[in-house]
Amino acid sequence: MEQNEIYTNVVRIISKHAKNEEALKSLNTETHIINDLQVNSARLVDIVLDFEDTFNLEISDDDADKISTIGDAVKLVKELMH
Amino acid sequence: MQQSRRVVVTGLGVVAPNANNTQEFVKALREGRSGIRHFSKLADLGFACQVGGIPEGALEAAKAKFSEDLLFSMNEAITYAMLAALEAFTDAGLKALPADAESPMEDTGAIIGTGIGGLDTFSEKVYPGVAQKRIKRLGSSVVEQIMGSGPSARIGGYFGLGNQVFSNSSACNTGTEALIMGYQRIQQGLANRMLVGGTEGSDPHTWAGFDAMRVLNKNHNDRPEEASRPLSDSAGGFIPGSGSGVLVVEELETALKRGAKIYAEILGGTINSGGMRAGGSMTAPSPKGVQRCIRETLLQAGISPDQIDYINGHLTATMADPLEIRNWSEALERGPGRFPVINSTKSMIGHALGAAGAIEAVATLLQLHHGFVHPSLNCGDFHSEIKGFETHVPKTSRDFPISIAAKASFGFGDVNSCVIFKKWE
Repeated sequence: MEQNEIYTNVVRIISKHAKNEEALKSLNTETHIINDLQVNSARLVDIVLDFEDTFNLEISDDDADKISTIGDAVKLVKELMH
Repeated sequence: MQQSRRVVVTGLGVVAPNANNTQEFVKALREGRSGIRHFSKLADLGFACQVGGIPEGALEAAKAKFSEDLLFSMNEAITYAMLAALEAFTDAGLKALPADAESPMEDTGAIIGTGIGGLDTFSEKVYPGVAQKRIKRLGSSVVEQIMGSGPSARIGGYFGLGNQVFSNSSACNTGTEALIMGYQRIQQGLANRMLVGGTEGSDPHTWAGFDAMRVLNKNHNDRPEEASRPLSDSAGGFIPGSGSGVLVVEELETALKRGAKIYAEILGGTINSGGMRAGGSMTAPSPKGVQRCIRETLLQAGISPDQIDYINGHLTATMADPLEIRNWSEALERGPGRFPVINSTKSMIGHALGAAGAIEAVATLLQLHHGFVHPSLNCGDFHSEIKGFETHVPKTSRDFPISIAAKASFGFGDVNSCVIFKKWE
């Protein structure tokens, strides 16, 4: 899967839970999932499950804890896919 | 003694098997439109009663109203409650606080109960996930859906409510109990405004236990609209229903100050139990308990029994219907000929369990507001034990001015509630 495709899917998955719709208009790899997009922290669990289903991989709790920004998520998914 | 604060109803919202909002509900009530349908799923599962009441299109409508994140975290019952709450809050001329508000509405709370609640979440997610040892796959949203306070918590957060946010549960008494609890809280000066009501989903796991108890009517699977038959000789049990009713109740001066539309004043409300003594049991109401509940409400309301124009009965289509009529008659000391008009909203929508009292309170207030009584369907073969009361039960819709209306609900556990409304003029 190309980097662009990973990014698009990561954004799609995270956006479902974003409460700050303004922030969705100016996304980049530095966008913080909780602070900027105001995703409820509990929903990170669901986002990780959605990553697992979408990219057909397993994400450990330790790896999941490293995700803060969209860039973190894209990087982790890319690593686990290779 | 300090005079207690007066409480009025300023907003109504409903999701019912025959209507997805109050505007549709008024029409359905006037037309006597049944929302009972046959469900092949119930037949496939081996239910004796294969008909029920499920709101049509409500879950689809929710998709246009709520965000993807909210929809993700709501099961059927919570979605119905949110739809009804949103309609009631809007009807009351109120708006949810913005997400970035510094503080919540401290004078406003919610008591939204459920009889059984999120069994769809349990059957579709929790049970299979645990059975397959896939705990992690349950995700983050099952707790907020199956916790008893799921409906009120979701509503409290959506609107930004800072007063008590609570879900009561007293079986089929739940909806009316929530209304009275909110009324009492405002009377006591603990809140100025409360969203109150009840909600129930339609998962077959919710209905199965009632089918097993043989309290559901299994004789009209081929004629769903005739299946809910309160007050009839051929009543063979209730028809399970689902949906939600939510009301905004508000302290009178608060409502007047903001120029709110007022449907009615709540003159009195009582919650009690027969204690499973003197004829009461887990499943049957003690006549003494019911009559005491009605009498105490009358005393609180400061009205004479003759002033009651209309009763929205609990009337489920079980063998308790004649008993209920006799209880009203004795408590009000009004026999055949002097009895108020009475009907059963369940004849159209079935028995929505924990939501029933709230949906029926909305039906009561809509009839009071618009000056009509809806037909009590399917009682052409009127129950022979209470034949003398037949003329007091409308078989067709008719214009009928209502000044004072009573609503009561009774539930498993021998629990009762009764509330009296007076039209605001």
